[in-house]
Amino acid sequence: MVAEYMTLDGNEAVARVAYKLSEVIAIYPITPSSAMGEWADEWGAAEQPNLWGTVPKVVELQSEAGAAGAVHGALQAGSLTTTFTASQGLLLMIPNMYKIAGELTPTVFHVAARSLAAQGLSIFGDHSDVMATRATGWGLLASASVQEAQDFALIAQAATLAARVPFIHFFDGFRTSHEVAKIQLLDDDILRAMIDEELVFAHHRRALSPDNPFIRGTAQNPDVYFQARETVNPFYNNCPGIVQRMMDRFGELTGRQYKLYEYYGAPDARHVIVIMGSGAETVHETVDYLNAHGESVGVLKVRLYRPWDAASFVEALPRSVEALAVLDRTKEPGSSGEPLYVDTITALFEEGRDWTLPTIVGGRYGLSSKEFTPAMVKAVFDNLKQPEPKNHFTVGIYDDVTHTSLDFDADFSVEPDSVVRSVFYGLGSDGTVGANKNSIKIIGENTPNYAQGYFVYDSKKSGSMTVSHLRFGPQPIRSPYLITRANFVACHQPTFLDRYDMLSEAMPGGVFLLNTTDHHEDAWDKLPQQVQKQIVSKKLRFFVIDAYHVAKESGMTGRINTVMQVCFFAISGVLPRAEAIDAIKESIEKTYARKGEEVVAMNLKAVDNTLDNLFEVRVPETITSTVAMISPVPETAPAFVRDVLGTMIARRGDHLPVSAMPIDGTYPSGTTQYEKRNLAQEIPVWDPDICIQCGKCAMVCPHAVIRIKAYQPELLADAPPTFKAVDARDTEWKGLQYTIQVAPEDCTGCGICVDVCPVKNKSALNLKAINMCPQEPLRAPEAENWDFFLSLPETDRSNIKISSIRQQQAQQPLFEFSGACAGCGETPYIKLITQLFGDRTVIANATGCSSIYGGNLPTTPYTYNAEGRGPAWSNSLFEDNAEFGYGIRVALDKQAEQARELVQLLAEDIGSELANSLLTADQREETGIYAQRERVVKLRAKLQNINTPESRRLNEMADALVKKDVWIVGGDGWAYDIGFGGLDHVLASGRNVNVLVLDTEVYSNTGGQMSKSTPRAAVAKFAAGGKPLAKKDLGLIAMSYGNVYVARVAMGAKDEHTLRAFLEAQAYDGPSIIIAYSHCIAHGINMQTALKNQKAAVDTGQWLLYRYNPERGEQGHNPLSLDSRAPKLPLQHYLQMENRFKMLELTRPEVASELFEEAQGDVNMRWALYEYLATRTFGNGSNGSGQGE
Amino acid sequence: MNLTTNYLGLQLRSPLVASASPLSDRVENIKRMEDAGAGAVVLYSLFEEQLRLERRAMDHYLTQGTESYAEALTYFPEPTEYRTDAQGYLELIRKAKEAVEIPIIGSLNGTTPGNWVKYARKIEDAGADALELNLYTIPTDQNVSGAVVEQTDIDVVAAVTSSVTIPVAVKLSPYFSNMANMAKRFTQAGAQGLVLFNRFYQPDFDLETLEVTPNVLLSNSQALRLPLRWIAILYGRIQADFAATGGVHSGEDAVKLLLAGANVTMTASALLKNGIEHLAVIESELRDWMEQNEYESVSQMRGALSQINCEDPTAFERAQYMKALTYYKVVL
Repeated sequence: MVAEYMTLDGNEAVARVAYKLSEVIAIYPITPSSAMGEWADEWGAAEQPNLWGTVPKVVELQSEAGAAGAVHGALQAGSLTTTFTASQGLLLMIPNMYKIAGELTPTVFHVAARSLAAQGLSIFGDHSDVMATRATGWGLLASASVQEAQDFALIAQAATLAARVPFIHFFDGFRTSHEVAKIQLLDDDILRAMIDEELVFAHHRRALSPDNPFIRGTAQNPDVYFQARETVNPFYNNCPGIVQRMMDRFGELTGRQYKLYEYYGAPDARHVIVIMGSGAETVHETVDYLNAHGESVGVLKVRLYRPWDAASFVEALPRSVEALAVLDRTKEPGSSGEPLYVDTITALFEEGRDWTLPTIVGGRYGLSSKEFTPAMVKAVFDNLKQPEPKNHFTVGIYDDVTHTSLDFDADFSVEPDSVVRSVFYGLGSDGTVGANKNSIKIIGENTPNYAQGYFVYDSKKSGSMTVSHLRFGPQPIRSPYLITRANFVACHQPTFLDRYDMLSEAMPGGVFLLNTTDHHEDAWDKLPQQVQKQIVSKKLRFFVIDAYHVAKESGMTGRINTVMQVCFFAISGVLPRAEAIDAIKESIEKTYARKGEEVVAMNLKAVDNTLDNLFEVRVPETITSTVAMISPVPETAPAFVRDVLGTMIARRGDHLPVSAMPIDGTYPSGTTQYEKRNLAQEIPVWDPDICIQCGKCAMVCPHAVIRIKAYQPELLADAPPTFKAVDARDTEWKGLQYTIQVAPEDCTGCGICVDVCPVKNKSALNLKAINMCPQEPLRAPEAENWDFFLSLPETDRSNIKISSIRQQQAQQPLFEFSGACAGCGETPYIKLITQLFGDRTVIANATGCSSIYGGNLPTTPYTYNAEGRGPAWSNSLFEDNAEFGYGIRVALDKQAEQARELVQLLAEDIGSELANSLLTADQREETGIYAQRERVVKLRAKLQNINTPESRRLNEMADALVKKDVWIVGGDGWAYDIGFGGLDHVLASGRNVNVLVLDTEVYSNTGGQMSKSTPRAAVAKFAAGGKPLAKKDLGLIAMSYGNVYVARVAMGAKDEHTLRAFLEAQAYDGPSIIIAYSHCIAHGINMQTALKNQKAAVDTGQWLLYRYNPERGEQGHNPLSLDSRAPKLPLQHYLQMENRFKMLELTRPEVASELFEEAQGDVNMRWALYEYLATRTFGNGSNGSGQGE
Repeated sequence: MNLTTNYLGLQLRSPLVASASPLSDRVENIKRMEDAGAGAVVLYSLFEEQLRLERRAMDHYLTQGTESYAEALTYFPEPTEYRTDAQGYLELIRKAKEAVEIPIIGSLNGTTPGNWVKYARKIEDAGADALELNLYTIPTDQNVSGAVVEQTDIDVVAAVTSSVTIPVAVKLSPYFSNMANMAKRFTQAGAQGLVLFNRFYQPDFDLETLEVTPNVLLSNSQALRLPLRWIAILYGRIQADFAATGGVHSGEDAVKLLLAGANVTMTASALLKNGIEHLAVIESELRDWMEQNEYESVSQMRGALSQINCEDPTAFERAQYMKALTYYKVVL
């Protein structure tokens, strides 16, 4: 039988096997493992059977802790059960893992190993998470490549059934989980041959069953717990042998023989590296190279890390070894060494007694997907050659603080000439990655070549750059690191040319392909000088194409993927040109057939049009350009921003030394202002003549690039020539000038401001008071205007009526230029908090979109005002955010209490009048807070003259006398699911915290998985067949406490209502929660007109607006005010506007028809309930307010 | 009393037919139409352009924002099957055929000659008893002559009628220079029936929002004057069946159109306004009139007041003011 090959990524390769071998799958999204759950859900929705012909039940839980509990239950009930997770998710499973192992329960968890959050969160790969489970009693099996990940998924399942030891099968997050590679597939026959049916029955027979009752999970006492704990030893002793037997059986079936501890290299090697995970592939490849160049080295690949088989481990090492380096992809601060290192020493000490023990050193590498290259491997071997090799070293970074790092020669490469190496720079939105994934499939599946693809993404969600690394070659590719010596470099976006040094990766004699709108004869002269220099010095061939033009001519505006893919095949010669074109066309027909013949036709047309528009540019001998590269941040930026963050922006962060990094994860606020991203093709332009100064454009701007100021006319004296100003219209601002200014280089061009503008030009009704115009000609003058605008004083806050949007929006946002999606529906709410209360607010932010655009390096958006005050922001975890914010509140309250005690104590010294006014200050309004701040200044002045322990303490704590707000911010995944228990507790606590739920109705940050907030009938990941159940009513639950302020808002439906709710929530002296409708790219909507979706949600009754104010209850009124009107449109009107619903209609019309009807039923029921609640007689007989204003 | 009529070679129990409208998008409504007495049901129109737009929209929204950010490489599950290729419509035909006894007439609006034929065949294969071609375009290109536009329509009809075996009717707009000539040419191209007339979405202005708001106005009884005239003129002269559509709200309306020469009268607006069961009211009014006027069958009525059978054939060709003048003369 000929084995079938397929190109796919590690997650899919693993999920295919795990799905086949499971009856129950409990899932929860977490990067980088989410895709495994998504595959399982999609296959389940499509009713694909497992190995036994039944469709596995795929269930989503509220957290990984929940998933682990469900897995535990399903296992106890006798089903073959699995889950997929990573990082913090795995940590949440640990309590159950002890139980599952203690009960000798066979199962496999598949883990895309990922860093743990410490000084900062990282979504990228290392073994920190897996290493945290070492004590649970689980088997730990490490795979090093996509092929191995698939194979070990099977071996682990076969082994766990036989051994009764549960297994974590792990592989490196992103590097393996997301690498696309050509692998040999496992078919059902092999699966069947590996899984012993009797063992499956045995597992089932151990299950809880009333037909055969027993008790498992007793409470044990000092007399027997210890002995009972030791009963499992034989199972652990037998386990390694079982795993090896499974590997042997697997080898017989597939020809791929694996060993628990697999030595590779010179039989008489003197220097050996011990390593597990994908790094083993790099070492393997480097060992080949070094041995071919006269060295004598080897690698010991650790596959089975737990149960640790010291004898086999030692047995696998050649006796010739003199020095051993053990590499750990994790860090255990304060330990005697990282775990694999410690285990290696123990093994050799225990099992190698008849040896002269080699020198053993340990080192750390590859944390958070840090590159691990042959150059670094060579550095490790070179270290071993030293008379006294460095121990506890690091490799891959420059540690200039404790000098742990090994130097390495970055130019050292082992890549064979037979491998074609290509790097592509594209935008997320231009389809570059998709095209490259397709190219890999074409080559992998149409030629005998092996193929590998790895993709590097941006830390921002809007205008993000992608870099694709593709390798093709006749031999299996063992290079799990980025390409630094490319034969082919393609720049799909000309705007990258003067920002990133792309050609540093080009090999001499290679190819540079540029997509440019310039004519091919002008293209050379338009290149920056540095690019020209490299083309000339490296003798690169230079090709250009206007892919936008070709795409547009073919009907595919903006999507240049097919065009650039054709160029690659035409130039690279990976396949004969004609053959490649045929293969692309075939692939287009296959890929797009489902999307309709027009989509197919457009793409085919693009293929045909491409070759006529692809030109090779004759490269002159001399450099003609004077265009310089753009500095990542202005020279005027603060030193840390310029030297550290600027280096990260320029994609050179790998070169930053340890000393450059803050020691405890603390970074300065307000750094996005220095990163001018110039993303927008068009930016809004204000028409002051027709503007009514309503402030709506500024309010909805997701990136805070639209600003309003009212100021004294004389300040305009030095205004740039195109700076716009008109008389302020509001009577309170009579005599002032008014300006709406756009930050041209920070705008993402989403256009939502234009959509919301209520004013139309009377003569041309397609124009508004703010209109999109091309950015490029406006960039320079508007940048000057922006700088001038910033130099104007902020509008006097005491002269702003904050209850009216038109004035309130003149408040300075202290959250600006985030990396959120263009048109984001969440950020305007956050911005509003910072405008209203930012100078006195601490924000606790749940992990999710808002923590990513809020806190992802290099630059972060929370900023400060002219007095240096602004939101203090932190992110603890996903699951604990309410508790985190609550803790902050308790501490602030305690500090205020302490400060007040000290003021009382020192009242005589500081003067009773000041003391009294400090203690009785009314700080409900902002003016009261400002007055209190002035009193604190006076207090500090007085304290200068009192030198007692108490006065020093009061001086330290005096700021606590000024009111602070705590805002607890997170998405629906947090509030409805993983963090609900904590949120519930915090709401019940009565503490004065404000909760903002940015409700996108899915887990947006991980790609749109269903939460309990997802409405009925929506298609989401984990709900591929449409969500069959109604959305949870979080507001109603919160209201049930009676003392919680609850509001449900939708800025796009009623912005004044939103503002009012924020003001009331903050003013309420107790817990408050605002549930804010946040449109999202995961809804499948036009983001430019997304506010219309919000309005439709309210008009159809899908989203009710209300405020529940306990203070009204205390006054004897009905606390609930229903602020939206009875549904005036059928729900269908809204459902048809969003792809998440529409998609169900187009994929499963019968289900859609049923669920849409039930969803209308939800609307009707909800309205009836809320109408009753809002109109019922309350308290002392007062009628409800009914529908609000 | 015999209400049966022939239309497109089909024997219908009643001349009252439910015409294409959103009401026919579900089987239960089609069943209700049958229960209310409909002689046949014309399904809502399959708009090829709409299918195309839906596919493109779906493709757009499935790819929007993808492959940009490492944690969210996509935002939707990739559907294993799309129903954007008329399957839903074809499924409706199949289910309707299973659910009711009366004939089901498919309705199609294509965009390219090849796809008119392709979808026509699919509709035939799905089991439709007949097909109504919904010629629904607003030519706006200043460089295309009326003759070219007309020929395009004729070509479509010829292509479809020669590729399916079920009878084909053509639903027309009244905006041809010479309706009689076009009626003849459509018939020659193979159309067995003419459905007079199509109602277009018309742009309107919303004076509050200052936006253009295209919508369709529901007809009233006055709208029947236009089909009344043309059916009466064409009856007996063109070898085709006639369906009158637009303005049939009462039994009297139906009577008038049958007298003009219609084989069937089609109703949509009245059902949208009054509910599907209003068909039964129209039928009962039709029966009342027939009884009062001692008509025994629909075939007896058909064309009795058509141009060739009426007392004053010129009445159908006069413009309004001429009619008024004549009246004036008579009174004098």
